[in-house]
Amino acid sequence: MERIPILRIGSLLLVTIQVDLYDDLALQLQDDLSTRIADLGATGVLIDISALEIVDSFIGRTLANIAAIARVLDAETVVVGMQPAVAITLVELGMSLPGIRTALNVDLGMEYLRQAATGGDGVGTDHYAE
Amino acid sequence: METVSEQIITRSEILPIRTQIDLVHVRQRVRTWLSEERFTLIDQTKIVTAASELARNALEHGGGGQMEMSLLAVGARKGIRLKFSDQGPGIADITMALKDGYTTAGGMGLGLGGSKRLMSEFDIQSSPGAGTVVTVTRWK
Repeated sequence: MERIPILRIGSLLLVTIQVDLYDDLALQLQDDLSTRIADLGATGVLIDISALEIVDSFIGRTLANIAAIARVLDAETVVVGMQPAVAITLVELGMSLPGIRTALNVDLGMEYLRQAATGGDGVGTDHYAE
Repeated sequence: METVSEQIITRSEILPIRTQIDLVHVRQRVRTWLSEERFTLIDQTKIVTAASELARNALEHGGGGQMEMSLLAVGARKGIRLKFSDQGPGIADITMALKDGYTTAGGMGLGLGGSKRLMSEFDIQSSPGAGTVVTVTRWK
């Protein structure tokens, strides 16, 4: 079965979604990430969705689930690179992705995860919003 | 004198909705058309997202079906119409089904209401045992 590759950089996991995300592929990514976080003791997960042309409610829910599972496994998740048109559409659709930390690009996302791992401030403050 | 322009279908295509891969094809095909017809990027994104939601509804609730995609012209104005049909169990309470958060399949319940917000026009025809037809239109 097709799989989205997960890269490891130190204690962080990095995923770049560059294919059309069908439902089973999204669920496979959720399972794979959960396993890798636990196996490696990862402290952070960065998901780059800059190549995604749409995020519908299924993909949005999967991203939220990944963030929730990671949190239970003591890892932070940050979703980066959302296209402005995708953000506008998501909000109009009715999904504002509460509980998901976002950053504009990979650099800012990595910075956030590194700070989070060393107990920097601004960590996880909105994860209790739901 | 005011002229009333007639609505003309300038292009039409039917796509099956039987598998998850068909959902991806639906998204890609709608995107291709919208890009060719020079809809703005934001409009493209909204329409493709609505198509994805409605196609998934037809697959998960209706057991599969089809999407008919038509390009409309009224005078100089262009629009796209997407008609999703399935032969599933149908919807007993349409008002309830349109409410955000209402779900019978364990999803988020944003599909119908969300798609309605993303498109200019929205019509749903359904009754128990008779399947569901959702027709949405967005004008350029």
